[in-house]
Amino acid sequence: MEQKIKEPRFHIVKRSDICSREAWTIRIIAILAALALCALITMVCTGDNPISIFATIFKGAFGTQRKTWITLQYVAILLIISLALTPAFKMQFWNVGGEGQVLMGGLAAAACMITLADKLPGAVIIILMIASSILAGAVWGVIPALFKALWNTNETLSTLMMNYIATQLVAYFTIVWEVPKGSGKIGIINQNSNIGWLPNIGNKYLLSIITAVVVTIGMFIYLKFTKHGYEIEVVGESQNTARYVGISVEKVIIRTMLLSGAICGLAGLLLVGGINHTITTTISDGQGFTGVMVSWLAKFNPVAMIFTSLLIIFMDRGASEISTAFELNQSFADILTGIILFFIIGCEFFIRYKIIVRKDLGKENA
Amino acid sequence: MFSLVAFIPRAVQQGVPLLLGSTGETITEKSGNLNLGIPGVMYVGAISGVIGSFFYEQAAAPGELNGFLAIFIPLICALIGSLLMGLLYCFLTVSLRANQNVTGLAMTTFGIGFGNFFGGSLIKLAGADVPSISLSATSQYFSRTLPFAANTGWVGKVFFSYGFLAYVAIIIALICAYVLKKTRVGLHLRAVGEDPAAADAAGINVKKYKYVSTCLGCMIAGLGGLYYVMDYACGVWSNDAFGDRGWLAIALVIFTIWKPDVGVLSSILFGGLYILYLYLPSGTHTEYKELYKMIPYIVTLVVLVFTSMRNKKEDQPPKSLGTNYFREER
Repeated sequence: MEQKIKEPRFHIVKRSDICSREAWTIRIIAILAALALCALITMVCTGDNPISIFATIFKGAFGTQRKTWITLQYVAILLIISLALTPAFKMQFWNVGGEGQVLMGGLAAAACMITLADKLPGAVIIILMIASSILAGAVWGVIPALFKALWNTNETLSTLMMNYIATQLVAYFTIVWEVPKGSGKIGIINQNSNIGWLPNIGNKYLLSIITAVVVTIGMFIYLKFTKHGYEIEVVGESQNTARYVGISVEKVIIRTMLLSGAICGLAGLLLVGGINHTITTTISDGQGFTGVMVSWLAKFNPVAMIFTSLLIIFMDRGASEISTAFELNQSFADILTGIILFFIIGCEFFIRYKIIVRKDLGKENA
Repeated sequence: MFSLVAFIPRAVQQGVPLLLGSTGETITEKSGNLNLGIPGVMYVGAISGVIGSFFYEQAAAPGELNGFLAIFIPLICALIGSLLMGLLYCFLTVSLRANQNVTGLAMTTFGIGFGNFFGGSLIKLAGADVPSISLSATSQYFSRTLPFAANTGWVGKVFFSYGFLAYVAIIIALICAYVLKKTRVGLHLRAVGEDPAAADAAGINVKKYKYVSTCLGCMIAGLGGLYYVMDYACGVWSNDAFGDRGWLAIALVIFTIWKPDVGVLSSILFGGLYILYLYLPSGTHTEYKELYKMIPYIVTLVVLVFTSMRNKKEDQPPKSLGTNYFREER
């Protein structure tokens, strides 16, 4: 009896090397396809033509000088958070606790602003704010790292839980410090005295942007040219190799998470002390999660992260302009962002692998 | 003052969405897929059901809803909506081998956005002239209790006073526990989650198991969203009302150490913890309530740390959790 062997129509091969131009071509095609789908969905929802939709998106992000500054400021904050998460991801530590670390940093800053006002000179308060928020973020980051280092606790889940504990802590202090009593929110802190407000450099948006630039450069150097960065990479590739060459994996995990949390705390400081001058439970606005995606999309490359965070914020601001213009719900932005993310996530496959379709298709029946 | 008979039904009502979500996530995780998109899936399940029943209520003459269709249409819509989300997740992570954490988080962003967008804009998009989405007629069918619940005293209140989805949730959890523990399919599924390479070598179709279990998991989780909006919230959709229950469901998976049957009681416990702040004394200090709301998360964290400390073999997460399988990769 003749045995029939079923041969698959195509098979998948891992690409050994791909030049970066080819890789970026694939990514850009994916983004364009995603934008086309977004435009289509917007058309269905609003009945407007695609060109004016993109004009509206662009107007929403860069329409006026003020909007451009605000967009850049949003990019700066998202960039800082993404950069903070990056070293952890590089060593395969899935820190999805950025949200909580940002909140704790913000909370520490707010605590200094509220409790120390009029007791210490303004400059001292600002120094204390910087120190305490960085410390608070670092502590919040290092707790899951200790669990991981000591008992190999799953970090995705433990950092996730830390987010909600932080959220509730902020909710607690919001009520403790609420002004006026019973309103359930803090309002602008030190509105008249401006104690603890981070100084304006040029205009009020520039401070975060400059900080983001400094952190980007610093992180690039740290990951690429220092011994620490190299150790992180080795741990990420293989913990066994790291142990074999004498790197203390536990030490690297704890040290890296201290850094990761500290930079998140810095983002919290900027949000509270520099931008909002108040604290709410939603002050980080899901950016701890968005940062995970920004960092991953950029392949953990700090410079590429500038573009991915710009893309996300651009779509976000643009889509909220669309929803305002057509009286749709603000969550429209999340849908569009989601679609773009799916496309970019999916296209990585075509960068890493090659699909080879069987050539003798059709000859089979002959 | 504190009445257990009044407290338990409320805890159960809080617990049912968590139970459905965590049962779904458990069988997903058993296949080695860490689906962080569950919160999004639950939103999509809820809003799909709402959309289905919204159009049905619009189409049917007032007061003439067919009981069977009123339940059937939202149910099917919710299942299809969450199935599509599951397929998307599988396509990206299993077929295209994308990173599971990133895909899951993107699905959560998308799903919550999807829910809130249609929840907020459905009326405008459909051109209907009603002030808000309030599906009380459909909700009546969902929250209809067993006929003898009212006249059996406290027994009725504690055991029979829930809509049918609550009982469905418990049955699903028990079936899942049985299948995982006692059947060959369950054994294969656990093998895929522990060591996909070994399972593959033993002739188990790894892709098929991952696809089926993740999609089924998403559908079950989607039902949790449907229960919340149709039964607990009385058919009234309000944006972000579902809150962080999706994440709590993922927490519950850890708390139950990947056992759906343990989930039945623990979900009620979690539901109780979730609303405990309403009952704990705080006097004039309302801020303590915010601290009490922390309890479920702290408990989960403690359980997570303890199970990893004790390092008992049967209490561990599936070994390949969070990693993708590619046969040619070594």
